[in-house]
Amino acid sequence: MRILLAALLLSAISQAMAQVNASSIDYDTQTITIALAQEPPQLNSMKATDQVSILLLGHVMEGLTRYGRRNDIKPGVAERWKINDKDATFWLRKDAMWSDGVGVTAHDFVFAWQNALDPATASEYAFILYPIKNAEEINKGNLPTSQLGVTAVGDYTLKIELERPTQYFLKLTAFSTYFPVRRNFFESRGDRFASEASDLVYNGPFRITDWVHSASLRMARNDHYWDRDNITLNAINADYITEDTRTHFNLFIDGRIAITGLNGETYKDALTQKFRIRLFTTGSVFFLEYNHRPERITSNVNIRRAIQHVFDPTEMVNKVLATPGNLAGESLFPVWLAGVKGKFRSEYPAPLPTLDLKKAKEYLDKAKQELGLDEIPALILLVGDSPTASKQSEYLQGLLKSKLDLDIKIDTQTFKQRLSKMTSGDFDIVGAGWGPDFDDIMTFGDLFASWNLNNRGRYENAEYDRNVRTAMDSLDPKIRMDAMAELQRILYEDAVILPQYEQGIIYLQHPKLKGVVRRVVGPDPDYTYARVVE
Amino acid sequence: MVRYTLKRLIAGIITVWFIATATFIAMHQVPGDPLMNDKAVSPEIRRNLERHYGLDKPVTTQYFIFLRNMLPPNPDFGYSFTQQNRQVNDIIRDHFPVSAMLGILAILFATTGGVLWGALTAIYRNRLPDIIIMFLVILGISVPSFVFAALGQLLLVKINNAVGYSLIPVAGWGTFQHMLMPSMVLGLGTMALLTRLMRSSMLDVINEDYIKTARAKGLSPVRIFFSHQLRNAILPVITVLGPQIAAITTGGFVVELVFGIPGLGRYFVQAVQQLDYTVIMGTTVFYGAFLVLMVIIVDILYGFIDPRVRLQ
Repeated sequence: MRILLAALLLSAISQAMAQVNASSIDYDTQTITIALAQEPPQLNSMKATDQVSILLLGHVMEGLTRYGRRNDIKPGVAERWKINDKDATFWLRKDAMWSDGVGVTAHDFVFAWQNALDPATASEYAFILYPIKNAEEINKGNLPTSQLGVTAVGDYTLKIELERPTQYFLKLTAFSTYFPVRRNFFESRGDRFASEASDLVYNGPFRITDWVHSASLRMARNDHYWDRDNITLNAINADYITEDTRTHFNLFIDGRIAITGLNGETYKDALTQKFRIRLFTTGSVFFLEYNHRPERITSNVNIRRAIQHVFDPTEMVNKVLATPGNLAGESLFPVWLAGVKGKFRSEYPAPLPTLDLKKAKEYLDKAKQELGLDEIPALILLVGDSPTASKQSEYLQGLLKSKLDLDIKIDTQTFKQRLSKMTSGDFDIVGAGWGPDFDDIMTFGDLFASWNLNNRGRYENAEYDRNVRTAMDSLDPKIRMDAMAELQRILYEDAVILPQYEQGIIYLQHPKLKGVVRRVVGPDPDYTYARVVE
Repeated sequence: MVRYTLKRLIAGIITVWFIATATFIAMHQVPGDPLMNDKAVSPEIRRNLERHYGLDKPVTTQYFIFLRNMLPPNPDFGYSFTQQNRQVNDIIRDHFPVSAMLGILAILFATTGGVLWGALTAIYRNRLPDIIIMFLVILGISVPSFVFAALGQLLLVKINNAVGYSLIPVAGWGTFQHMLMPSMVLGLGTMALLTRLMRSSMLDVINEDYIKTARAKGLSPVRIFFSHQLRNAILPVITVLGPQIAAITTGGFVVELVFGIPGLGRYFVQAVQQLDYTVIMGTTVFYGAFLVLMVIIVDILYGFIDPRVRLQ
């Protein structure tokens, strides 16, 4: 009797508990549950810069265009458009609505763009609007926002003047900084805009229904979305917010979330449990950047070449990173970038150094001569504080010591400290990376232009600058790509950087969840067109 | 008693001011730049950001502005640097209750366990139960909480796997089931500490003359245990309880991270890592004040339990 009672009680409790959390996918309600790596820091589209915010904004907002299922650009709020050398016109659809039923108009775009460029807004991504006429001058505070080269002709036509011909302007219009913001709503919320679910109004496929900070964020299909018939999911529930990848993995095993990233440790567990492991290349490139300031030893090209001829990125990817998906670094330009007709890297293969110890030693001797040194003093390698970063730096330390008898002093710093040292030039070599801001080769190409603030090693080369300008001022793909190929050659010959790897990530996904799109640029992962199959 | 309390309160306020000032100075000495991000910004945008956060003013001016804004009744710590649309006050208001709830459960678990195990080990001194428990106590004190957190979560995964559905959620927040494992993990260290404390204090008490008297009077062992031994032995436990409560409600960073709990501990630690000036100041001052308050409460409580303190 007692056992029976206990069993009854247990089953009652467990039934009650089973309702505590919904499971990772549900076919009948077309609901999925996911985990976020962090609380979204900024859901104001004019100011968002981080991945989680851009992921969420990509589901709940929509620009003139949007990213399609095949990573193409599809009509969004704009039905059609015409882009010329110096101007562009977008015709907006009349059935695009905000989640409160008010129509999306051309004025919402004018307001958002002007506001993002307003110096008072202090948007870190304002530069992405710079192809628009006067944008940069407005952002610097030299012109009033009303001078921006964008006008609403009636409610449904948006006319844009361009600063210079911009081949990739259409691709930019899908980016979050280009999303519309409705003035009267924005002003009604004041400082609280985008701080809670009710302090935003949505024009994308989904809307945020419930947001408990640092705990959960739930999205439901937006019934006012013009293309709602093509959206299958009814709800996306981000019920867990933590950066702990082990927790994500445990939640996945427990059937609580439908997708989880893997790291070196959880990867091994996933293998033993025979999960189907998926790969995705994020499109980011990681490299070692030298300090080119004249007072630094690394400003000597021959010491850089010496290192170039002993470093084998393939070995590093296989032995040090040791998770699948990463590609050995060969160039600043990752493999996915488009070239003239096909991919840039197949049209213009990257020149590759040969592993040649003898040659490397010759370069090193030459460097010593030029520097007037008998011994090269220890080089400072500045790295972040992640386990991967320390593994990589120790690998490089061992490699250079054994091959070239070069000493490396590893300087491990937390994120902000590393950035501050990078900016002030307090390093010889720094472990750096770059992810694309928009889908065009220029997002990588101008990185080492002398005027680029992200060129933290202060590399200066007139020929490099000239080629960047050539590519910027042209609409002809051939001229642009030829210039980029020149950059690729200079980067190699001058050993400006030491490419390490193109980042790949590994993840698990519920087999019944289909249609999730992984993106290099834009919201990733994108659940907009996802569905749960039976 | 009133004078005693008042004196403690004034000392407390000075302590909080000192904590705030020391943190402010230390924070500005940390190398790095709160406004710096992966992608560099133009000097114009940088200037705008500095103006937005008041960093364009000299540090001393910033300090006095901070002090003025901190004053009761409406302390205002400003906007967070990382959660850019949220005020630090809102962050504390939203997330402290979560940490506090977790902390209270952890403390309940820790004190019940600590007092019980401590008393038990003292009674069974140098016998098997004592040896086993004291071994576990050493483990509890020396193993860091992130290990227990990971193990605890793994255990839940295994249990759920065995029964075939989610009996107890492995992470998340919202219901009592969510709180079970994290509060146990969080309380484990404190429980071990209290067990040791209780054991030694109990051992002192057991040999006191008044226990012999009580026994000689013919009182039942249960009565002796509860009204004489436990009541006297528990004093040192209460002394450490104040700071322990503060430590537990603030020190839950790892547990909050592993179990995905929206507590203030996460903000507290991440703010330091990300140099989020306003959140650092807000959480430190808040927690500092909280710690001071807990110590004062314990001091006053002590007066009730041990009349000798009041006389002094």
